[in-house]
Amino acid sequence: MAGEDDEIDIPAVDSVSGSGIPIQGNDIDTDQIIPARFMKVVTFDGLGEFAFFDQRFTEDDDLKAHPMNEDRFQDSSIMVVNSNFGCGSSREHAPQALLRWGIDALIGESFAEIFAGNCLALGIPTVTADAETIAEIQDWVDEHPDGDLEIDVAAEQVTYGETTVAVTVDDAQRKALVEGVWDTTALMKSNAGEVRETAADLPYVESDRISDAAD
Amino acid sequence: MSEGTLYDKVWDRHRVTTLPTGQDQLFVGLHLIHEVTSPQAFGMLRERDLEVAYPELTHATVDHIVPTADQSRPYEEDAAEEMMAELEANVREAGIDFSDPDSGDQGIVHVIGPEQGLTQPGKTIVCGDSHTSTHGAFGALAFGIGTSQIRDVLATGTVAMEKQQVRKIQVDGELGEGVEAKDVILEIIRRLGTEGGVGYVYEYAGSAIEDLGMEGRMSICNMSIEGGARAGYVNPDETTYEWLEETDYFQDPERFEELKPYWESIRSDEDAEYDDVVTIDADDLEPVVTWGTTPGQGIGITEPIPAPEELPADKQETARRAQEHMRVEPGETMAGYGIDVAFLGSCTNARLPDLRRAARIVEGREVHDDVRAMVVPGSQRVQEAAEQEGLKAVFEEAGFDWRNAGCSMCLGMNEDQLEGDEACASSSNRNFVGRQGSKDGRTVLMNPRMVAAAAITGEVTDVRDLPETEVTA
Ligand code: SF4
Repeated sequence: MAGEDDEIDIPAVDSVSGSGIPIQGNDIDTDQIIPARFMKVVTFDGLGEFAFFDQRFTEDDDLKAHPMNEDRFQDSSIMVVNSNFGCGSSREHAPQALLRWGIDALIGESFAEIFAGNCLALGIPTVTADAETIAEIQDWVDEHPDGDLEIDVAAEQVTYGETTVAVTVDDAQRKALVEGVWDTTALMKSNAGEVRETAADLPYVESDRISDAAD
Repeated sequence: MSEGTLYDKVWDRHRVTTLPTGQDQLFVGLHLIHEVTSPQAFGMLRERDLEVAYPELTHATVDHIVPTADQSRPYEEDAAEEMMAELEANVREAGIDFSDPDSGDQGIVHVIGPEQGLTQPGKTIVCGDSHTSTHGAFGALAFGIGTSQIRDVLATGTVAMEKQQVRKIQVDGELGEGVEAKDVILEIIRRLGTEGGVGYVYEYAGSAIEDLGMEGRMSICNMSIEGGARAGYVNPDETTYEWLEETDYFQDPERFEELKPYWESIRSDEDAEYDDVVTIDADDLEPVVTWGTTPGQGIGITEPIPAPEELPADKQETARRAQEHMRVEPGETMAGYGIDVAFLGSCTNARLPDLRRAARIVEGREVHDDVRAMVVPGSQRVQEAAEQEGLKAVFEEAGFDWRNAGCSMCLGMNEDQLEGDEACASSSNRNFVGRQGSKDGRTVLMNPRMVAAAAITGEVTDVRDLPETEVTA
């Protein structure tokens, strides 16, 4: 039987800082973030280089104009995006590709829910602000590619240059990141007994299917 | 906050506890897995030396990468073979039922679950696939999850979620000739926007929904996610029960009677409270097609394509880029838009009635010379039934390619892909740039009969205008 108390240390993510990279456009879907043909892999390890592949390369693998191809953004770790970012397919390959490219946090007008959930499971904050604020941050990042942004997850603030603006972090996300409880596997595994009780109360779950559920 | 809805009731029955994050820990009644999003989760499980907690509540199929022509093993493409082999090893080790291609039960995950009776009212159903919302057609609470959540479900039989609001979408009236469930959902997405549903679960209700068979309800729930809603459902009724009685799982009528009171109990109450209500008049609808590159960019077949300036400010830029990509002009209708490929398939519209309706259009006609047309049944069972009732022959005589079950050109992960800037009349659910395998490819979403009509004429066609007399046979 698997270990009851798997000792994994879940780091708290109170804040993230680093330089930014602006990715403009609404409704950027996960097919753009990682085209399906790069999903034919059984691990996420090599996905970074394929992030936004079709936006970055032509058919003949020549570079297209895209922020992720620009030298000045190569060390960026905070992506600043617009609305409904990450919509479409639920593929976790999308945040995995961004993470492996070097992204530790995203700031945007809004995020598709599954995408934000997938990010949270990797400890990546997805914080939001109104369109105007985002446009200002994107402009600032464009002018200061080496400048640091700081996302204070707990205080719901982003600081860049001399400016500090209020942002929104979804309550559950904030709690999970700040208290270091975003690794839900460990958290939920400790409730195995209650899980079995809930299952036993459901008419459609056949009882022999719960009795030997692994702890 | 909503009260007394199916969503509230099913949620409450499955809530294990509230986590320190404020999220609820929900018990998962059915976990569906496929080859693309599960291998990494099994890998994470192994890294932590964890086992699958509820293998018997888990069911696997292969759909995304499976070739639809030559399915002999090893698959021609190494990556596909590797993914398949990985899935086989994982399910064998964990003791998970697998509808593999040799079983005769294989197919798209959202087609086979309902077919086998695994999908039931009042169940929580998850899968590493956003179109899991499909299963809501049965009154299940079904939603797509990411790979880390798949790991959670494998390891604990539960998932952490925040409760959402419920929007009732009341569709009253009667659908006109040539108008289908697909048009209802394309219309909903067009009106409410691709993000209109974020934070909501959709309850589809009203006489037009009640009149639909299960397949139509599935087409609608399927595309809830395109409207931004993570889940959508229809309250179970006699139509639902009739379907269930036919399935493998309920071959034992006693089991059916045992569970029926539960299904009845989770229906939304007459006086349930909703966070929002939207009404749609089914009588007003006509076939809807997309002119752009998001499923929200749809238009009635006789209506003009909007000029970007007419749209809300935040939609204009996307619309401009979409129109450039699609090469369409504002003011024109989509009718007459030339197509190169016709794809009849996907978890939205590749069930038996979909194929039947399309076959009626195709019968006695020929696919246009410049079009390559294919039918990809949603499952091996659909395929077999369609072959038996002669639909395969109808399609093949007309010049359609009849293929084996899988996701196929819905997302271009196998060999079925658009090439170059081909335009495709597609019964699938996503018209994103690159979705069908070519980044210059152009996808026009529509209902299955409209796909059939486009295959015949070589252009987007109002199926209602297709003269009955054109039969050449
Ligand atoms: S048919 Fe398309 S939408 Fe459905 S599961 Fe397959 S890839 Fe996803």
